[in-house]
Amino acid sequence: MSDTAIRIEGISKQYSRGKREKYLALRDVLTEALRFPRRIFQKKREPEAGEENEYFWALDDVSLEVKQGDIVGLIGRNGAGKTTLLKILTRITRPTRGRARVVGRVGSLLEVGTGFHPELTGRENVFFYGSILGMRKREIEAKFDEIVDFSGTEGFLDTPLKHYSTGMQSRLAFSVAAHLEPEVLLVDEVLAVGDLEFQRKCLGRMEKTAQGGRTVILVSHQLNQIRRLCKKVVWLDQGKIRMAGPPLEVAGAYEAALLAREDGGRVLPSGAVAKVRGLYWELEEEKPGNPHVLKSVGPVTAKFSVEINKPLNMVHAGLSLHSPENQLLWGTAHNIDSLKPGVYEFVYRLDSIPLKPGAYRWRLCIFDENSILEYWDCSPDMLIDVEPLGHLDEQWAGILNFPSEFALYDESRKQPDTRIVRGRIWTTVRFR
Amino acid sequence: MSSAAQPISRTENLAWKIAPPSGWFELDLPEVWRYRELLYFFVWRDLKVRYKQTAIGVVWVVLQPLLAMLVFTLFFGRLAKMPSEGLPYPVFYYTALLPWLYFAASLTLATNTVVENERVITKVYFPRVILPFSAVLSGLVDFGIGFLLLMCMMFYYHLVPTVATLLVPVFLMLAVLTALAVGLWLSALNAVYRDVRYVIPFLVQFWLFASPVAYPSTLVPERWRWLYGLNPIAGVVEGFRWAITGQGQPPGRLVLVSALSVLAIFVGGVIFFQKMENRVADTL
Repeated sequence: MSDTAIRIEGISKQYSRGKREKYLALRDVLTEALRFPRRIFQKKREPEAGEENEYFWALDDVSLEVKQGDIVGLIGRNGAGKTTLLKILTRITRPTRGRARVVGRVGSLLEVGTGFHPELTGRENVFFYGSILGMRKREIEAKFDEIVDFSGTEGFLDTPLKHYSTGMQSRLAFSVAAHLEPEVLLVDEVLAVGDLEFQRKCLGRMEKTAQGGRTVILVSHQLNQIRRLCKKVVWLDQGKIRMAGPPLEVAGAYEAALLAREDGGRVLPSGAVAKVRGLYWELEEEKPGNPHVLKSVGPVTAKFSVEINKPLNMVHAGLSLHSPENQLLWGTAHNIDSLKPGVYEFVYRLDSIPLKPGAYRWRLCIFDENSILEYWDCSPDMLIDVEPLGHLDEQWAGILNFPSEFALYDESRKQPDTRIVRGRIWTTVRFR
Repeated sequence: MSSAAQPISRTENLAWKIAPPSGWFELDLPEVWRYRELLYFFVWRDLKVRYKQTAIGVVWVVLQPLLAMLVFTLFFGRLAKMPSEGLPYPVFYYTALLPWLYFAASLTLATNTVVENERVITKVYFPRVILPFSAVLSGLVDFGIGFLLLMCMMFYYHLVPTVATLLVPVFLMLAVLTALAVGLWLSALNAVYRDVRYVIPFLVQFWLFASPVAYPSTLVPERWRWLYGLNPIAGVVEGFRWAITGQGQPPGRLVLVSALSVLAIFVGGVIFFQKMENRVADTL
């Protein structure tokens, strides 16, 4: 048997705009038919070029191959076609064109708690929901205690679901879902809904899932989660695959594109002719690449080009780095004697920028003896696209990112047992 | 959490192909069979919910055909003096009401089933025919309870089962198939046109009088009886009454025509249901 779990060949899906909200009424159709009897026999027209805007392609010629045991991340903006692709792979809806082949038992999690019924008890809902997700009755019976244990709702098993709190309901639903063990698992952004505690549990299970040779396709907006979990990332943009490849690369490019869309822009001080103007900025690393993307935790040089239009005295240059939330993360300042008009390059050598992956903004401020001359929010943002080195669970990883080592000393034997912590911590230490 | 890490064995060698809708008739019976457990759970859930929600539960199941029988006996029997082929009126009516009420209830259940489960349909895949199928199967429990009551009545009226009684399962299956055939149409129609369910009560009422429940089919002139048989439930009702009581002529031709009619409606229903199925997840 080949090791391809999912093969997608030129899948396209067309939707008609606005049809979603409109329910047809038989009454209207019949009245229509009585008024214009001839129309019934006329063939429905195919959409013509002029009517294109009535229809749109949610997916447009997407091809993809997923190997058995891979975890593939699907990213893209809302409406890029991620959910549509999942719906086609799960067979909830069918493609307009193209074909696909999925090998193995498929489980999908597009929503948690589908089919929960308020009148049924917790126990009954576990069985029905498990069955909806594709679990066998025997399987549910075997895992029942584990599921209940995981959810922490033991005392309420024979209470109708309508008496559960929302939190309890979702914990119960999540627990059933977490025990789903198909060969191919298709997950839509459901993890984002649960509480952090549960997300951690789920991610742990998912990682194990892939270690067991299972294939996972995961839709997520949490790019660091994607970076951490996935072996491959596919970026969908307006129904097409814009990029597919290693997670760091694709997630980075996606993030860069997201930022380019926003206009970071320069803020000129109110004044007729600027005495100082920021031109552009770039990074220089050992390995050349995108000048606005930081690829390593190692030494880096940041250069800022500035045009000076008038002679300046007692110049003072401040550089700061800001988080996406505009929190000041780091800053420095230098005094410069005087500058003649011309283009200058401000060069900063940094040992490392140990921040977790994401988008950051440089701000360069130039002052002279009198006042602030230029307050430049450098555009585009700097993208840090490095491997996360901290805790595997993002909520514990913090905002800094640097390698660390972990050693365990046995006092009696005085022999170190060194392990690199950047390994998969969950395989050695279990949190519950 | 221990079981998650176990390597999987590919015992179930499943592979599915995804392609645009094509062809007229794509009913994949092996697949429906693979989903039999889900079918079971749908029926199970329907029953649980139904019996939990009605306060008098099972009593209602017994009361419904009994009251209907009383009304029919009183008005059609005692007052209108309908011919009953030598049967006591209560038995004559009850034997017909039992399959009829099953049919009528199944129609109502089946009509709403796709719309009621729209959340599930848009989030999880399973062969959609399971929905009307489960609606039709869950009605069988009421039927079974009603059947026990029938046995009591037979005993009371000293009616002895005949050889024809062996055919009761056959007519029962025909009844299920009839309900499923019509249920496929109605559930699909209701998914596309949301006002269909308002028509159902009227439909059921008219249909009742077009079926040999209140009167024997022998009232219909011989010449037109085949046409009458096109009413799919006519054969079932008449056949059921005959099989239970063993009285009168076996309604052979009527049942045959009805069975053919059921088959046609069923095939058409599957085709129509599939057309609906292909777009329903996008429009619900």
